[in-house]
Amino acid sequence: MNILVLGIGNILLSDEGIGVRVVEALQERYYIPDSLDVMDGGTAGLELSENIANRDHVILIDAVKTGAPAGTVIELFDDDVPRLFRTRISPHQLGISDVLGILKIMGEIPKGFTLFGAVPYSLHTGTELTEAFLPIREAILRRLVKRLAELGIELEQRDVGVPVNLLTQMAN
Amino acid sequence: MNNRVIIDPVTRIEGHLRIDVEIDDGKVSKAWSSGQMWRGIEQILLGRDARDAWAFTQRICGVCTTVHALTSVRAVENALQLEVPINAQLIRNLMVAAHAVHDHIVHFYHLSALDWVDIISALKADPKKAATIAESVSTWSLNGVHELTSVQQKLQSFVDSGQLGIFANGYWGHSAMKLPPEVNLIAAAHYLQALEIQRDANKIVAILGGKTPHVQNLTVGGVTNSINLDSQSVMNMERLVYIKELMTRLDDFIKNAYLIDISIVGASYLEWAGYGAGVTNYLSVPEMALDSRGTRFALPGGYIENGDLSGFKAITSFEDKFFIEGVKESSRHSWYADDGVPLHPWEGVTDPNYTDFQDDGKYSWVKSPTFYGKPAQVGPLANVLCMAAAGNKSALDNTQFVLDTVGSLASTKVGLDALHSTLGRHAARAVRCAVLMEEMHNQWDLLVDNIASGDVDTFNQPVFPKGEIRGIGFHEAPRGVLSHWAVIENGKIKNYQAVVPSTWNASPRNDDDVPGPYEAALLDHPVADPQRPLEILRTVHSFDPCIACAIHMVDIEENEIVKVKVI
Repeated sequence: MNILVLGIGNILLSDEGIGVRVVEALQERYYIPDSLDVMDGGTAGLELSENIANRDHVILIDAVKTGAPAGTVIELFDDDVPRLFRTRISPHQLGISDVLGILKIMGEIPKGFTLFGAVPYSLHTGTELTEAFLPIREAILRRLVKRLAELGIELEQRDVGVPVNLLTQMAN
Repeated sequence: MNNRVIIDPVTRIEGHLRIDVEIDDGKVSKAWSSGQMWRGIEQILLGRDARDAWAFTQRICGVCTTVHALTSVRAVENALQLEVPINAQLIRNLMVAAHAVHDHIVHFYHLSALDWVDIISALKADPKKAATIAESVSTWSLNGVHELTSVQQKLQSFVDSGQLGIFANGYWGHSAMKLPPEVNLIAAAHYLQALEIQRDANKIVAILGGKTPHVQNLTVGGVTNSINLDSQSVMNMERLVYIKELMTRLDDFIKNAYLIDISIVGASYLEWAGYGAGVTNYLSVPEMALDSRGTRFALPGGYIENGDLSGFKAITSFEDKFFIEGVKESSRHSWYADDGVPLHPWEGVTDPNYTDFQDDGKYSWVKSPTFYGKPAQVGPLANVLCMAAAGNKSALDNTQFVLDTVGSLASTKVGLDALHSTLGRHAARAVRCAVLMEEMHNQWDLLVDNIASGDVDTFNQPVFPKGEIRGIGFHEAPRGVLSHWAVIENGKIKNYQAVVPSTWNASPRNDDDVPGPYEAALLDHPVADPQRPLEILRTVHSFDPCIACAIHMVDIEENEIVKVKVI
């Protein structure tokens, strides 16, 4: 299985950065085996196309707007994921919907998808998730680890957390 | 008859852009450009370590990550008077070129070509005839009948499936679409091929930057790439040779597809050389520093007033007073609390005060920057005109090639004046792409030679003095002049202002009520169908607004490009 975990979001807009924050937490707390790619996609678009292309499975984590109350977590699978981005409820729809559309026409669309989305409390300027969103990050992280196990990748927890990058260190 | 058309696209990536136009007898008589979202991201930097600012600024925008990172380290280096090792300058220059080449190709083919190309019409084309046309103007290897037939079949299967996907957002069949089906088919083929090619440019940025989409190798004082031509894990000969291979593939596409395609569009829509000039004060900065202090550059920049190239004034160094003293921003028509008196960015204040949309008052979150009191257009057109005025050979040759090719396809003579237009901005972008590509080869040679001479330095340690220092970093980014202005106290950011290219071009009226470049460019545009204002999008897209992607997006469920409201 060729799997990518891709967190998307703008970490300068508080809860908007949930996808990136979940991916950071995953890397801090678990050993990532060579067989798994984990990526902070930020707010990028077309630059991601090659990373997503031809995967067996892509797990996306993103802030979404569904009309549901803030703090709602949604899970979608396979064909429902590209369909979701077509109906534009993710703030990053431009990037990702373009990329998925392009991969489709190029015949490189991944075989399977999982999306973990959460409805943000705040999109205000700030580098940290709101207090209320921290449990949401934990909930998505647990679901993500479980989903990876279902896909055949059992992650081993680190004894001590390792901050993954500069921005995480600074935010802490 | 007087109509008001409001185009209000929605995006969160860089902020909404709203365009309002008043239409009188089928022509635009008044235009307003309005930024609809306040971010205040500069506030996030206050109090942070100046060495870390770049890592935050590269998250400002989803499209222009690398450029904000680079401009930020330049601003801090400028404040410290810190020299940057030659290797670091050259590695940065290669990244600048690769990023811009990526950006220009994607902008033309994927974000704006469909303003001119009717994809659906390509289904009616005769692939054989199309191949003959393509092969008569270009030696690009993927113009054959086999390739074109397969592209047409691919499009047909998309249309048959009822899901147009990325093509669902066009104004197909609009009366302003003029290319014959065969040319539309060639363009559709290149659209798809460009999707492959853009990856090559992106790969170069990723190899040098260590990570994509957000590069990791920049640092105040240089780059973090360690150089050892024989080591497996660092910047070595194998990687440099691979970069060269990718460059050669890009060369081929730019010369034999991009420059030709832009000429075909130019020849077919030559009347668009008469629309969209707008503000013809052009501002551009020199790029690709060749020495450690930034006093010599591979590509010139400067200022041209009123479209008069003979009056070109060069900007010559990272310390250039003419540039640094010329920039001010006013909020007379913007939603901020100060009295609107133009301020220099180091003194800039950002105190939001939203009213509603007031036609003659405040109507935008974008401030209005001026250069010595006047609005200025920035972007590839400004850059190419300045390079041409400065006598840069590559810019002159590539410009002449496009003008000649357009002229010969349209059986007329096309001069440099045609560039002051909507079409000119597209042509200049293609020319700039070719210039950057040529210069990238020079930079590659310089880097390999410098390393071979035994120099492997990539970093000078920054040391922050006590007290206050000020710095400015500029960069000729894909969308034009980008400048970051930093005030640093005891190593921490005290004030930070980013004057981005789209601020120059999308600015509202300034302190003297003079319209900004978008607003001025839209005047007198014909609008055939106010419900489908293709002509307006053509001109706004030609600037490559950072929100260009947004303007072109579609909600498939509702089947519209943007919210267009006709009052």
